[in-house]
Amino acid sequence: MTDSQSYEDVVKDKGETQFAQFEDERKGFLGTVQHTLHVNPALVPLIILVTAIALFGMLLGQRFFSAGTLTLILQQVQIVGVLAAAQTLVILTAGIDLSVGALAVLCTVIMGQFTFRYGLPAELSLLIGLCFGALVGAMNGFLVSRVKIPPFITTLGMWQIVLASTYLFSRNETLRSSQLREEAPSLLFLGNKVSIGGANFTFGVILMILIVVALAYALRSTAWGRHVYAVGDDPEAAQLAGVNVHKTLMSVYILTGLICAVAGWVMIGRFSSVSPSASTGVIGNIQSITAVVIGGISLFGGRGSIYGAFFGAMIVGVFEMGLRMAGADPQWTFMLIGMLIIGAVGLDQWIRKVSA
Amino acid sequence: MTQPILTGKNLVKRYGKVTALDHCDFELYPGEILAVIGDNGAGKSSLIKALSGAVVPDAGEVFLEGEQVKFHSPIDARAAGIETVYQTLAMSPALSIADNMFMGREIRKEGFMGKYLKQLDKKKMEDFARQKLSDLGLMTIQNINQAVETLSGGQRQGVAVARAAAFGSKVIILDEPTAALGVKESRRVLELILDVRSRGIPIILISHNMPHVFEVADRIHVHRLGKRLCVIDPKDYTMSDAVAFMTGAKEAPVQ
Amino acid sequence: MKKLLIGTALVAVTSAGSAMADAHGTSACLITKTDTNPFFVKMREGAAAKAEELGISLNSYAGQVDGDNEAQVAAIETCIANGASGILITASDTAAIVPSVEQAREAGLLVIALDTPLNPIDAADATFATDNFLAGELIGKWAAATMGDDAATAKIAMLDLAISQPTVGVLRDQGFLTGFGVDVKDVNRWGDEDDARIICNEVTAGNEEGGRTAMENCLAVDPEINVVYTINEPAAAGAYEALAAIGRENDVLIVSVDGGCPGVQNVADGVIGATSQQYPLLMASLGVEAIAQYAEDGTLPANTEGKDFLDTGVSLVTDRPADGVESISVAEGTDRCWG
Repeated sequence: MTDSQSYEDVVKDKGETQFAQFEDERKGFLGTVQHTLHVNPALVPLIILVTAIALFGMLLGQRFFSAGTLTLILQQVQIVGVLAAAQTLVILTAGIDLSVGALAVLCTVIMGQFTFRYGLPAELSLLIGLCFGALVGAMNGFLVSRVKIPPFITTLGMWQIVLASTYLFSRNETLRSSQLREEAPSLLFLGNKVSIGGANFTFGVILMILIVVALAYALRSTAWGRHVYAVGDDPEAAQLAGVNVHKTLMSVYILTGLICAVAGWVMIGRFSSVSPSASTGVIGNIQSITAVVIGGISLFGGRGSIYGAFFGAMIVGVFEMGLRMAGADPQWTFMLIGMLIIGAVGLDQWIRKVSA
Repeated sequence: MTQPILTGKNLVKRYGKVTALDHCDFELYPGEILAVIGDNGAGKSSLIKALSGAVVPDAGEVFLEGEQVKFHSPIDARAAGIETVYQTLAMSPALSIADNMFMGREIRKEGFMGKYLKQLDKKKMEDFARQKLSDLGLMTIQNINQAVETLSGGQRQGVAVARAAAFGSKVIILDEPTAALGVKESRRVLELILDVRSRGIPIILISHNMPHVFEVADRIHVHRLGKRLCVIDPKDYTMSDAVAFMTGAKEAPVQ
Repeated sequence: MKKLLIGTALVAVTSAGSAMADAHGTSACLITKTDTNPFFVKMREGAAAKAEELGISLNSYAGQVDGDNEAQVAAIETCIANGASGILITASDTAAIVPSVEQAREAGLLVIALDTPLNPIDAADATFATDNFLAGELIGKWAAATMGDDAATAKIAMLDLAISQPTVGVLRDQGFLTGFGVDVKDVNRWGDEDDARIICNEVTAGNEEGGRTAMENCLAVDPEINVVYTINEPAAAGAYEALAAIGRENDVLIVSVDGGCPGVQNVADGVIGATSQQYPLLMASLGVEAIAQYAEDGTLPANTEGKDFLDTGVSLVTDRPADGVESISVAEGTDRCWG
């Protein structure tokens, strides 16, 4: 060794042993809040949700704060809730899926028309619809992961393709509830409900909650879930760390497509009809992204909890119902939701500062 | 002399018209720290990537413990026992220390929950991570579930090295481990490197920092124009000699 | 975040406060397709005025976009939960809304379809609407009479509402063709006619932009078009722009349906030859009256004789009256216009 290295000897001799002291040095109330939110990103939407329910409960009394109305809100958000669950998966990988709503509508049309036009048993049509959703998801995944088209562009294109296919394939026929009830009751299965006291839980609502819980488990407690977060956080790092990024992305998009098809099934149950012009096809993507963003999931990927997306969907539902009952102009709802979106993303930026 | 643990023979890698590796040879012996130095663009990273599976060489062969191996991805190399700590560290900032250490090789629970519900054994992974960090003297860990982004640069490097040391059974490659660190933190990482060697695991160290290289390396592989120019013993040459060799200012010693 | 919460609370308090005052007693709901179209704005005004007169409270709801069935379903559910006595609805999706309407009727609410009949029409307790077929027929007859012998060689552009063929659009379209003397084949579908005089069927979404694009598409097929049927006046205005762009605005006959004030003004200005005027304000105020009546003694509204709905009337507005077609002047139309 030569003399020129000796400048570091001071440090060496002093024997610094405190190298990796993993201590949280940020103190004070704000620091604690920031840390808590960093660990539990779904906390903010939960607080907003509870506050909103309490506020509307006080304002509107029993009309709003009853088991019937509160479970009605669940029924009203079930489609957006399921779509938001699907959207969460894609957004966690730092992607975005604009085709979710349109895909759900196309799947309803497939489930309906295969039964009525081609005379297949409703259960089989249902299965075909679900498989079709997964197939479209796989196409999105392939285009994003292999062909390297940005998710926004891929799904923007797919949205239009799916929307057009819906109109072309359905020939703009709406299948009415009387037809469905007589010939394809299994398509309406999710519209059935269990009533406990005044509370009505449709099977669709229960399914939505099951999907959210199952995904929360998979994201938190399985290797696959950890990989989804890692891929969204930094795909190159994940690849180098030994994650099969392509496989993870494919699985995410396929699952997203499948969940969209489930949302389609939920839709048939809720509206007791199959309508190719359902507005979910046009605004379902924005609704689901809104729920996800209000739910505190970062559009930059890798951060957030699926419970947040569920709370986000509920918040929108509570505001809509509350303001409607109060007789307020519906534009107030949109204004409030707009404020919530910006607030939520601002908060996300603040939480991310922990890393600085 | 003993048999090299990792050998590269006649490695060639071209990117279009640029030849990054030009019939390059490479040897790493058991228990040593081999530094790889070279000017920017000399092909150091291509060499390392060829050895760690990040790129597939156009020609040439790689041998691990005398057996020929063909890596198609870093995952293959890892499975064979070669761990790489990249300059970027390859960590997911939002995930915890434990999550990052086990990324891509998570441990599942035993029994029904693990087999059918694929549930991870978080406790086992956390204990293992804590154990490994303390083994390497990265003590005073308070929260193994802390997100990596809340750690300092040196702490992150420490976790990355610990990850490599924990799983690298045969070879560990360190790419510029001190480049982004302050003096104190560099010091600690160098000690970590020596510590890992004392466990008998050979290390390939890529670095621009001559004092660091001369301090820890047993041999120095000088890379120039896509191939190995020479291998020198740091005890026989000065840092200026090494720099002169790698820039071409001085004729390489005949071996 | 805290500020946001307080803001939320404030808005909720202020907007809810006014509605709380009259939450008791009889209440009615008005659900329109959107709350931006002047037709529905007028409908709301008519309903609100009548509700105030009768001392009942009125809540108005609307979809976010035309065709927003989901929002209307949610609105019906809110009305049921709110304990309203009746619902007035212009359905976005006439078939898909039916299960929700059934739910409301089971819950004891009177449901009246305004303007747009449900599919099937008897899914609602009553329908208060313009006879859209008649509205179309009037402009068809007028166009044929105005052209005289040339009607036999007319080149007609049909600018319809939407590809999903909502009932209103079909009725007006088929009414026009019937009035003009074209064999309409299936009266429940437009576009299946094989009369060579029909050059094109295009959709407009009922607005200026759509009308212009649709007209341009038609002119691309045949620049000699000389009769243009439009689903409504905004679409007609758009079609006029497309014709003006190629200098043919003066030798083409544009007919339309609606009778909104800007539309009637367009008739005065010669943009539109004739339009069939309908009366949304009347529909809404009659609807509110019916709900008030129902809440009082359970009386259901009766249909117009010979029709399966209550006809709120339609008049042809033009300053160029044609023989054999009854019409009112532009001045008269302006007095009764909406929007």
